[in-house]
Amino acid sequence: MTKVTVIVNGKSVSRDVEARMLLSSFLRDGLGMTGTHIGCDTSQCGACVVHVDGMAVKSCSIFALDVAGAQVKTIEGMANADGSLGLIQQAFQDHHGLQCGFCTPGMVMTTAALLADNPKPTEAEVRHHLEGNICRCTGYHNIVKAVLAASGQDIPAVAAE
Amino acid sequence: MYNFDFVKPGNIADAAKALATDGAQALSGGQTLVPTMKQRLASPSVLVSLTGIPEMKGVCMADDGVSIGAATIHQTVATDAAKYYPALAKLAGGIGDPAVRNRGTLGGSLANNDPSACYPSAVLGSGATVHTNKRKIKADDYFQGMFTTALKDGEFITSVTFPVPQRAAYVKFDQPASRFALTAVFVAKYADGVRVAVTGAAENGVFRWTEAEAALTANFAASAIANLTVPSKGMISDLHGTSAYRANLVKVLTGRAVTAA
Repeated sequence: MTKVTVIVNGKSVSRDVEARMLLSSFLRDGLGMTGTHIGCDTSQCGACVVHVDGMAVKSCSIFALDVAGAQVKTIEGMANADGSLGLIQQAFQDHHGLQCGFCTPGMVMTTAALLADNPKPTEAEVRHHLEGNICRCTGYHNIVKAVLAASGQDIPAVAAE
Repeated sequence: MYNFDFVKPGNIADAAKALATDGAQALSGGQTLVPTMKQRLASPSVLVSLTGIPEMKGVCMADDGVSIGAATIHQTVATDAAKYYPALAKLAGGIGDPAVRNRGTLGGSLANNDPSACYPSAVLGSGATVHTNKRKIKADDYFQGMFTTALKDGEFITSVTFPVPQRAAYVKFDQPASRFALTAVFVAKYADGVRVAVTGAAENGVFRWTEAEAALTANFAASAIANLTVPSKGMISDLHGTSAYRANLVKVLTGRAVTAA
């Protein structure tokens, strides 16, 4: 076991971990932060996306020891300080951007990274950026609407695909 | 997955020392290696992370071309190489999905040499030089078949130098689920000739289509390859496409790449 310290949602946390512990397991089993979901566990589905030093990455394909000292942001860090839904989360709720909700944490984290980089994406850019996030309810239409709404843009003309 | 010892050296010399141990395996972005270890298809006893070595990261212009550190993530190549080598930057920006591009690296892709990966075609198509902790390897000598490279035990890529062509383009026919190349072609026109590198198509991995190179060196136009055919022997055949389908894609995509260049 090796001691690893990571700054999760602004708070420094340390745990003794095996080298093989993935960041996704570190968050869920080590810290009890089960908002980060493990869908496929093969880095295909994007449900486990978190930010490491500001970059959206798949936490099921990174070892906890490899992010020692890094800033990690998870879905638990996306709400407002008073506990109400953050802007992106609220847009997902308003536009029915989730059905079963399993992919939602990854969708929200990927969206946050996109909007930080590109505050007013086109519909095509949104769809392209969400390529690595799979929604098995196939609710993409409303997810794209939610992302566009979160960016403060009108959404009447979003094409169903 | 089986457990292992994890080390994260801060420089090339320490990494070389760590990788000289028996059972040691280099880890870069881990986008292939970690899933492989989960399936117990790989079970290294020591994992040496190469992502904490500043001298192996970044994009810069050198005398003999664009030099890219092996631990540079695809996303950085997509943005920082755009002003030096747009076709290469565009290729990097089309690998996998955003989260994969934020983690996967040039060196990791080349060391793995997946027969359907994007980067090998740019390296072979540019006649790039692969720099390791021990030597320099020409692209034509580096790729040695599916998942096989010239890298020896304990050897790892530190950077790659890409000579900048006059014109170039990469055209990928996506395998839509994985975003790997069902087949893809990298075409680059240099003062001394044209290079055409194909990935995703052949069982032996990336290869140069030399007949097309000769035809395009004489006349850099899609029509120059109109009378050439690609044999389907040795092409990958799977549920996504037959070998004949891939052979045809090689020609179609080469033409498109020439037009796009």
